[in-house]
Amino acid sequence: MTDTQIKPSADALMRGPAGGGAVKPGLDPVRVIRWTLLAMGAIVMVMPIIYMLSASVKYPHEMFETNIIPESPTFFNYGRVLEDGRFYRWFLNSLVIATVTTVSAVFFDALVGYALCKFKFRGRYLVFIAILSTLMIPTEMLIIPWYMMARNFGWLDTYWGIMFPGMMTAFGTFLMKQFFETVPDDFLEAARIDGLNEFQIWWSVAMPLVTPALSALAIFIFLGNWTAFIWPLIVTTSQELYTIPVGLTTFSVEQSIQWELIMTGAALATIPTLVVFLIFQRYIIRGVAMAGLKG
Amino acid sequence: MKLYDRLSIKQKQVVWAWTFLAVPVVFYVVIRFYPTFDAIVLSFQSWNMLEARQWNGFDNYATLFADPVFWKVFQNTFLYLIIGTPTSLIFSFLIAYHLDKTRFLHGFLRALYFLPFLTSTVAMAWVWRWFYQPVPVGIFNSFLSSAGISQVPFLNSTTYALPAVLAPAVWAGLGFQIIIFMAGLRAIPISYYEAARIDGVSNWTILREITLPLMRPTIVFLVVFSSIGFLRIFDQVFNMTTNNPGGPLNATKPLVMMIYQTAFNSFDMGYAAAQTVVLFTVLLIVSLIQLRLLRDR
Repeated sequence: MTDTQIKPSADALMRGPAGGGAVKPGLDPVRVIRWTLLAMGAIVMVMPIIYMLSASVKYPHEMFETNIIPESPTFFNYGRVLEDGRFYRWFLNSLVIATVTTVSAVFFDALVGYALCKFKFRGRYLVFIAILSTLMIPTEMLIIPWYMMARNFGWLDTYWGIMFPGMMTAFGTFLMKQFFETVPDDFLEAARIDGLNEFQIWWSVAMPLVTPALSALAIFIFLGNWTAFIWPLIVTTSQELYTIPVGLTTFSVEQSIQWELIMTGAALATIPTLVVFLIFQRYIIRGVAMAGLKG
Repeated sequence: MKLYDRLSIKQKQVVWAWTFLAVPVVFYVVIRFYPTFDAIVLSFQSWNMLEARQWNGFDNYATLFADPVFWKVFQNTFLYLIIGTPTSLIFSFLIAYHLDKTRFLHGFLRALYFLPFLTSTVAMAWVWRWFYQPVPVGIFNSFLSSAGISQVPFLNSTTYALPAVLAPAVWAGLGFQIIIFMAGLRAIPISYYEAARIDGVSNWTILREITLPLMRPTIVFLVVFSSIGFLRIFDQVFNMTTNNPGGPLNATKPLVMMIYQTAFNSFDMGYAAAQTVVLFTVLLIVSLIQLRLLRDR
């Protein structure tokens, strides 16, 4: 696939349906049936999220009724989950870890992608292939050596310990390299003549030109870190360092399972991403489409 | 600075390139390449984290291949792959194909389908676990019993547990695949369809002869991407079976969970490393086969 094909297609997604052909007026039965089935499917898809939100505003005695709209909605469960205090901490941990990792990964992925794309030097192909080859290595294979490394360096149970494996990503490097290909060399040359150094050219000329790609990458990395589970589970031991997903697991193991509290915790873990999605919907969907097509 | 000024433009580029790459190169060597090498070395050693690492040749692999639990786990991992990948791809293609032709509330429907992709796997594993509970807690069983059908012991049955754990994984991935499929559909020039329509070709033929062949790069990407995801399944299983890790009689235990337990419950690091090498090999073989099958025909 060429770039000329790909870029418009990700944008085409945003213009609303194209499909080809003119819009037929009136109600075509095929279209009505298709729409009805799609709408039903969409409702089924969001049901688990709706039920989770609904359970989080129900009183415990009402929990096991199948009605979606509670008789008397209450934030009672939210109060109980939050009064515990640990949840605030986990939320903050997740936020800090996901933010720092995202900033670092986007910065370095773009830096490396740019260097591999716009500088001519010996060994650049080798570096590119070497970085790309790490995509084939599953994280699970690295977890044991990382754990040993973290233990030797005293990184267990620290923010740095949770974050260090994700500070750069090979996928992001590949994605950014692809996008920097679309930046014309003339622009960079003009900046060079204006006396900017290479770092300034990258930062203030090239980077603004690939903002859509940067935001797509940032969304992916943030989401990945916000929901990451296995590594934070392994590297943390004290509850103060847990991220939300790891914290959620402990919520239930203690005593008997209190479903309304778990649903509230799950809702608190999910609501931030839902809110961000509702605000930045079109950018997120376009970003996913772009990243997918490039990858 | 004087030295830098004397360099040619080409040499300056080399200096800048390595300045940009210095930190990342160190990162990739220390955090990616060395650990990969170390995992392979460790797979030929025995180590319980207290004593020194000791060479034991192929013992870990021999133990692993003689372990009936491993074969059960291996089978589960493949079941996740061969049920999960086609199911999720067929569903997402069908939805994307029809959603692409829909105009009324198009953006809203698309957003609803996409939402599950944004949820936290762990949080949703708990939601689904709640749905699967017996009456009166679980919603699925409540519906079944109100319809007069006997209850299904979803997570406590050796037959149903694996599909029950797989369902949320398929559900959560659909939105992503739908978006990618739709972008792929939009990348096909409309003129192809117009030409076909002038020739009076049926919709089915258009799908088979134009849409699917031109979507091959998208399909290849999604098949490889999603099967790697199913082979690495862990979060759902861990959180849906916390009281009985790996389900009844290991019915749901995937390879990654076996690795986790061997390493961080039994602290048998060499043995766990051997399992990670097996996982790596399986991932590599499966992706290579898929690329071969789907690329050229």
